[in-house]
Amino acid sequence: MGALGALAFITCACLLAPFYAHDVAHSDPFASNVAGSIVLDGHEVDIMQPNDNPLHLGLSPIGPTGHAAYLLGADSQGRDLAARLLYGGRNSLLISACAAVLCLVAATLAGIVAGFCGGVVDAVLSRIMDIMWAVPVYLFAISLSIVMVSQKIHLGPFVLGADSLLIPIFIIALVYVPYAARPIRGRVLALRQAEFVTAARSLGVPGWRIMVLDIMPNISTTLVTLGPLLMALALLAESALSFLSLGVQAPQASWGTIIQDGEGLIYTRPLVAVVPGLAIVAVVLALNIVADGLRDALDGREGAR
Amino acid sequence: MSHPAPVLELRDVRRTYRLPRGQSLRAVDGISLRVMPGEILGLVGESGCGKSTLGRCMLRLDDVSSGQILFEGRDITTLSERKLRPLRPHMQMVFQNSTAALNPRRRIGDLLAEPLRVHPAPDGRKRTVATITARLHELMALVGLPAAALARYPHAFSGGQRQRINIARALAPSPRLVVADEPVSALDVSVQAQIVNLFADLRERLGLTYVFVAHDLAVVRQIATRVAVMYLGAIVECGETDDVLHAPAHPYTAALTAAVPRPVVGAPPPMLLRGDVPSPVNRPAGCRFHTRCPHAQARCGVEEPALRALRPGHEVACHYPLP
Repeated sequence: MGALGALAFITCACLLAPFYAHDVAHSDPFASNVAGSIVLDGHEVDIMQPNDNPLHLGLSPIGPTGHAAYLLGADSQGRDLAARLLYGGRNSLLISACAAVLCLVAATLAGIVAGFCGGVVDAVLSRIMDIMWAVPVYLFAISLSIVMVSQKIHLGPFVLGADSLLIPIFIIALVYVPYAARPIRGRVLALRQAEFVTAARSLGVPGWRIMVLDIMPNISTTLVTLGPLLMALALLAESALSFLSLGVQAPQASWGTIIQDGEGLIYTRPLVAVVPGLAIVAVVLALNIVADGLRDALDGREGAR
Repeated sequence: MSHPAPVLELRDVRRTYRLPRGQSLRAVDGISLRVMPGEILGLVGESGCGKSTLGRCMLRLDDVSSGQILFEGRDITTLSERKLRPLRPHMQMVFQNSTAALNPRRRIGDLLAEPLRVHPAPDGRKRTVATITARLHELMALVGLPAAALARYPHAFSGGQRQRINIARALAPSPRLVVADEPVSALDVSVQAQIVNLFADLRERLGLTYVFVAHDLAVVRQIATRVAVMYLGAIVECGETDDVLHAPAHPYTAALTAAVPRPVVGAPPPMLLRGDVPSPVNRPAGCRFHTRCPHAQARCGVEEPALRALRPGHEVACHYPLP
């Protein structure tokens, strides 16, 4: 319950960012603001400040101010970290949620068709899955993104720019299809032997109708619990890709790109890397707990039957 | 010849399962059988003798390894699932496990309407919602359940009620042949009687033909007009119910009938079979029953007896049939 609450809070905070973030930060979270300054307690303070080493060499972004503006300080480009965190979370959550849904749809389709049809169809689909499974997820995703991010993609009348969010969504969804399809196929294999499926066949019900009306409702529990788990995996994958500059492209933000920004500031302004990291941890943890809770709740109901 | 055409005819049907290491399990081992219109054929035998597999093969729910299956004179052995679909409404099955046979996630009304939605009416047109609803109410009345049951889920019913629902679903597309695979063995005795009576009643009202798979001789005696006794995948004796059960010619049938408990004080102890049914993977040579037969002789271990007519309408597969 607490996990669900935390998840809802983080999601709302991030998704609603465009409506309030500007009023809080009073600066553009996407524009470099290296030469800017803000007024704190009546004093004008530069955003980029000299380091406090003996020779005052180099500049570091301002740290947490304790005020609405630059609440958590600035990043290396002098942008408001808190505002970027919100906008970044928006992208991260959006991408991971869409990827999870897309992945689940594709995996359900593949799993049901493979499990129900069996024979050659199953063999071909399962071998394709095995091959995808054999390639390490991140390596696979990275190689796909390098190909896709480096050029525009023309899909008929649609042109996908290199900075389109659809690219990481597609890549992450595709990469995790085998992970979701395998348990779904397993459930379908068991269900195919169920007497009510034989009964449907003996009634002359066409195969697609059996899949949709008899099999689908009986794997809904599996799907519902897989959903949040997939989203957690997708969030981690998205952060990793963005950290490697292969997911969300600048000036857009995601928690992964913010961590990348913070990498260079890890000694002077560790918050820039730590806070988005904590956000990722919190969301992944919450999603896992939610998935656990969902499974218990749904299984419990079936057990009572 | 004025004999009516059989509803279902099996010609030397075999169902062999391949096992690892080149072995094979012959679940159904060369069965020929005719089911005449209006009759109730009781298929009896111990568990594992292949009677359920045979029942499933009859309706092409299981593939046949060799042999022929003719439904109303039409060879359905090799028809594809798609070509078989228009014939499905005419031949239906009632399953043993009344719970497993009903999708737990769908309402009874939905389950019963499924065959009506999938198949067109006899005039070739798609059934309307109104005709389907009317038919559902008719079916519920037929099997003695309230119409309110249509809105409920399967878990809301008892075993006997669920079996009634299964029967109603099998009857929904107005079949001519119903294969009932141990429809009452999972029910308790008082409910068994109700369901058996329902089967008998429905047959009279709808002019159905049944193949009634069972291992309980009392049930078979009550309902079947003809009995086929199976042992290790083959029919060892077949004939009119009274003939076969009161004057069994095959030692196995005799042992089966003797094993039915009799409520008589001082009745002689039944002749019981020793040992287990041999594995269908390594079937004994010669007569398949000779390892357990009290009357086995040397010939029985060598030569396999064919199913032959002892007298008209009573066939037995034994070299030395009982008098």
